[in-house]
Amino acid sequence: METQQSKNYWTTRIRPKTGWFDIDLVDLWRYKDLIWLLVKRDFKLIYKQTILGPAWIVIQPLLTTLVFTVVFGNLAGLPTDGMPRFLFYMGGNIAWQFFANCLNRTSRTFITNRQLFEKVYFPRLSMPIATVCSQLINFFVQFALYIGFVVVYALRPNPVVHLNWRLILLTPLMLLQLGMLGLGFGIIISSVTKKYRDLALLVSFGVHLWMYATPVTYPSSMIAQKAPELLGVYMLNPMTPLIEMFRSAYLGTECLYMNYYWLSLLMTVLIFGVGVVMFSHAEKTIMDTV
Amino acid sequence: MAERLLEVEHITKRYMLGVINARTFTQGLNSWFARKRGRDDPNRKIGADTSHDGELFTAVEDMSFAADRGDALALMGRNGAGKSTILKLISRITAPTEGEIRIHGRVASLLEVGTGFHPELTGRENIFLNGSILGMRKSEINKKLDEIIEFSEIEQFIDTPVKRYSSGMHVKLGFAVAANLAPDVLICDEVLAVGDLNFQQKCLNKMTDVARSGRAVLYVSHNMRTVAQLCNRALFLDHGHLEYDGTVERAIELYSGAGNRDVERDLDAMTRPRRRGEIMRMLRMVVLNSLNMEFQQDGEWRFRLTGRSNIAEQNLRLRVILVNNMISPVAMTQTRAFDVYAGERFTLEVGLSLEGIAPGEYTVRFSLVSDRIGGGSNYYDSIDDVGQLVVLDDPVVNQGFRWEARLWGNVRMRPLDMARVPEECE
Repeated sequence: METQQSKNYWTTRIRPKTGWFDIDLVDLWRYKDLIWLLVKRDFKLIYKQTILGPAWIVIQPLLTTLVFTVVFGNLAGLPTDGMPRFLFYMGGNIAWQFFANCLNRTSRTFITNRQLFEKVYFPRLSMPIATVCSQLINFFVQFALYIGFVVVYALRPNPVVHLNWRLILLTPLMLLQLGMLGLGFGIIISSVTKKYRDLALLVSFGVHLWMYATPVTYPSSMIAQKAPELLGVYMLNPMTPLIEMFRSAYLGTECLYMNYYWLSLLMTVLIFGVGVVMFSHAEKTIMDTV
Repeated sequence: MAERLLEVEHITKRYMLGVINARTFTQGLNSWFARKRGRDDPNRKIGADTSHDGELFTAVEDMSFAADRGDALALMGRNGAGKSTILKLISRITAPTEGEIRIHGRVASLLEVGTGFHPELTGRENIFLNGSILGMRKSEINKKLDEIIEFSEIEQFIDTPVKRYSSGMHVKLGFAVAANLAPDVLICDEVLAVGDLNFQQKCLNKMTDVARSGRAVLYVSHNMRTVAQLCNRALFLDHGHLEYDGTVERAIELYSGAGNRDVERDLDAMTRPRRRGEIMRMLRMVVLNSLNMEFQQDGEWRFRLTGRSNIAEQNLRLRVILVNNMISPVAMTQTRAFDVYAGERFTLEVGLSLEGIAPGEYTVRFSLVSDRIGGGSNYYDSIDDVGQLVVLDDPVVNQGFRWEARLWGNVRMRPLDMARVPEECE
């Protein structure tokens, strides 16, 4: 019945889901304005009907860092590689929170947007991508504050903090990797949560535990000293080299085990790829079952 | 030849029946264990029929049609005919099981207008959000912004958060966005149910314009008046199959019933809505006082109905609904309550007075219902198209007038009570 012979005549062809690699990235690009608007929406909504508005973006990491400093630093006395405790915890915390927020929020994509997805089509991937972008904006606000603190400490006489410029130049790559890792895990989970909603609850709990398996509240040098036999397993966590690297860049701590970074990068690309494939596969029929 | 905008080719969509999702993982495990041991699923709705579980339900089977520029296509069919599924497939909300759909240009769907509106954002912000959800670029929306705001009739509230809008304003804004964004294929599903009459008419005109300006409209509605006004072609769907593709008039005829005037009907063989007629079933109907289903004004229709019940039920009633040729229900009446025993075959002799029903052709619907506490009805069996019934026009009774159902409707009220009053008595 195909009457118009020209191959490019049809803008859209809707077919049954066939292969696993049926991903329409051109389509996603066409909706870039939507992604931008969704990011703007997220940002605007922070202001609406709150007293402190966007101040919440910085209040949360500041308070968390303070608690970490008191509990893990002053009370438990965990080492911080000789760095000021406040800076040490804040650096790890904002990088970790960026990753964790991306993961937590994107993992609920199909559940929170069900009503919208039931009514109208657009590339579903634009939702989690927008989520990651607005988390990135939040991160930049926190990051600016962090840089402020770092500069204050670095300008003191005989500073312990010194910037590692070579690593600082890699910051965009680190952020990209943090975002991709969070997004990758998040969309894998969201593709699976079409069946069981409590997986989403398990996720936020699991991410919380994961933080303690990552050098956020302590340095990985501590693992090397106290439990060297675990180090091989410990470094398999793709977040470990990332957090370590991020802290080294701005505090000048020694970045141990750089070779594990390549493993982390490989895992990130793999998880992100698997995530995109699983998500594209799930989005086609997920509305029949959610 | 006109330019093709949409081709639907051998489309089939199947759903798995009975696979309702367990809400949580533990509930899922629970259900699985119960099934393993042959017990009832603890999470299933009580009384739900499980005999169809795991079976595939074919919502749409091997359907093919096409739409060109300028087509205003109506999709007609009773509930469960597959109309909504077809629209969902075309608007890419779910993927087909087999076949292919080809679209030239952009599809905008009014499956539910105003989706994606965020209550905290203003009308203006939502126009941009909604527009880009429908696939518009920002620059395109900017160009159309004034037109959209004007069409929505809510200029003065455009910078107010949408959460303060009434539901009518919500719909107006939603329709204004979708209809003004120049889609090549516009899909509408019962959008006109809301909004005041003026706005409904405005929407219909807009949709006619869309079709005339060389785009295609797919329209689903149970309102035959709007279908007749808007559409120039119609598809009639029945149980997932495309039965007819052609003129609107013929499709409305098909939809309003087969026009069957036999006086002996095998009700057992007739199709029913899903899950009806399973524990109680109407089997046969014989008309006693007509040979062609024609009746005089204010006459009586007498028939015998045979049925079977698998359960005992008190307070059962036979309900009869007359439907006019625009598929609007006109009148309802029912028998007094009666009892049946489990496994009983029962026969009723029924007389239906046609007093007050205007001359014309009507489709007859039968239902077996029981009273539910609180005023509702339990439906055991229902047949939407038992056949046609004709009330003959009698100019003598109508004082010389021929009845014009289009102008006067389907109810003939009693003659007005009137007396002349002497002038000075004012």
